[in-house]
Amino acid sequence: MSPVVLGIETSCDETGVGIVRDGVLLADAIASSVDQHARYGGVVPEVAARAHLEAMVPTLDRALADARLRPADVDAVAVTAGPGLAGALLVGVAAAKAYALALGVPLYGVHHLEAHVAVDTLEHGPLPRPAMALLVSGGHSSLLAVPDLAREPVVSLGATVDDAAGEAFDKVARLLGLPFPGGPPIDRLAREGAATIPFPRGKAGDGTYDFSFSGLKTAVARWVEARRAAGEPVPVADVAASFQEAVADVLTAKAVTACRERGIDTLVVGGGVAANSRLRALAAARCEAAGITLRVPRPGLCTDNGAMVAALGGLRVAAGAPASELDLAASSSLPLSA
Amino acid sequence: MLVLALDTSTAACSVALVGVDAAVSGPGSRPVITALAGRVTVDARRHGEVLAPSIAAVLAEAGARPADLGAVVVGTGPGPFTSLRVGMVTGAAIGAARGIPVHGVCSLDALAGDAAALLEAERPGSRDAGRSALAVATDARRREVYWAAYRPATGGSDEPERIIGPAVDRPPDAAARMREAQVGSLFGPGATLYAEAFAGFRPPPRPVFPSPAALVRIVAAALFDGGAPAPLVPLYLRRPDAALPSAPKAVTA
Ligand SMILES: [Zn+2]
Repeated sequence: MSPVVLGIETSCDETGVGIVRDGVLLADAIASSVDQHARYGGVVPEVAARAHLEAMVPTLDRALADARLRPADVDAVAVTAGPGLAGALLVGVAAAKAYALALGVPLYGVHHLEAHVAVDTLEHGPLPRPAMALLVSGGHSSLLAVPDLAREPVVSLGATVDDAAGEAFDKVARLLGLPFPGGPPIDRLAREGAATIPFPRGKAGDGTYDFSFSGLKTAVARWVEARRAAGEPVPVADVAASFQEAVADVLTAKAVTACRERGIDTLVVGGGVAANSRLRALAAARCEAAGITLRVPRPGLCTDNGAMVAALGGLRVAAGAPASELDLAASSSLPLSA
Repeated sequence: MLVLALDTSTAACSVALVGVDAAVSGPGSRPVITALAGRVTVDARRHGEVLAPSIAAVLAEAGARPADLGAVVVGTGPGPFTSLRVGMVTGAAIGAARGIPVHGVCSLDALAGDAAALLEAERPGSRDAGRSALAVATDARRREVYWAAYRPATGGSDEPERIIGPAVDRPPDAAARMREAQVGSLFGPGATLYAEAFAGFRPPPRPVFPSPAALVRIVAAALFDGGAPAPLVPLYLRRPDAALPSAPKAVTA
């Protein structure tokens, strides 16, 4: 029988426990503290860490119950060791170590971004080698070359130089009087509007694979303020659609260019912003035009979860990768080469 | 019963493996507690790295396996949030993995229990002679202490009874309330850290951290009563630092 791998994710505001056996997802239990952060307009690290402690064991138990397994059936424990919020990561890492130690099974500390890529294998099977990955969320915006998830470190080709894409969604949402997190309400509102406002595409033609969303956010704010100052109504649906178009345009353009320049024919898109309907549609159109196979996990697997950690742990176990030691440190700035 | 006890509410990361034998019947008899192995590492910023290897080490030293554990006892603080959570989630996860109960104990109570035992050892028999109250204080950072005050143990119990706290206060404010409560002796790392504010109290015999053995002593009877322990609740005593957002600032202003 293939090994059962349990994965724990606590890098931000979701307490996730996933269980994977032989590339098959058996359970994906999530407890989110997002409602507790909404009134602050962003994730408060100490609030998130407290919520993780409360939710950890109930979520572990729920994942096992969903998979119809007992703790003794678990053959390995994987955990996000970083990057993420330090205090939040520490809860998951401590829990994972304790669980692995108590069961006498190996522990695998994994990188959060690599896990975002690995989760796609649960839906679409093994990744071709190499593949390209575009990961966009409230905490990260990265373009990654993925040689072999189980054996070789992922290589960062580019990343945001200021705000993460999801952060820009949150800030623009707040500007428009929409709730936190900003992604879903902007996506909904944009469907009623048209992308008619030419907001800037930060770093679009600079020849790097880096992104910038701070200038875009400021441009949206200036545009809205100018309207308000002139006493004119703000066409919020058009603003949402135009902002969303600018984000989706620059992300997909750079990802497709990177695939072409590096001769890579498969693009995986993940992270919470990958749930955005315009990003998905534009990525699909551009990949099709360029002859690139696009792989996007279903929205529930794009956001942070334990399944992604279990998926990557499963690949590591199958490849015979070395386990982590019990003194594994949580690292808020864990590099990809770790 | 083999019991794993741990406390991460202070700069010390303390782990112990303790044997607890049920009380032999008869009035006043208490469970017998035997320390089998222990590890204490004093490094306020490395609990997350030190704790699990310490647990593995005490198990190995005692020749025990995780499957031999009958219960876990954890200190629930108060203490610095990050390290406190490391200990609590570790205890909770071990309990979940092994299907064994996890008991929480206020860490200051453990400190007070050991402090009372020290006083008793110094002046045997004075327990029932109207000894004054005692207090314990640990470092709460931000120039404050976590503290609690206790009445000496009375006939029915070995453990002192908490009469104030747990609380978090500036040292002079804590000292004033201790004087009001007629505290005689003050123990714990908070006492040495703010020696000036606490100058009026008898100097502690030595700085003490909450010991895992004391945690176990406090819940020893409950380990055998078969009831489910109360849910683990961390004693944060402070709200998270978080500011509600103001209205969006104009970028053109
Ligand atoms: Zn993420």
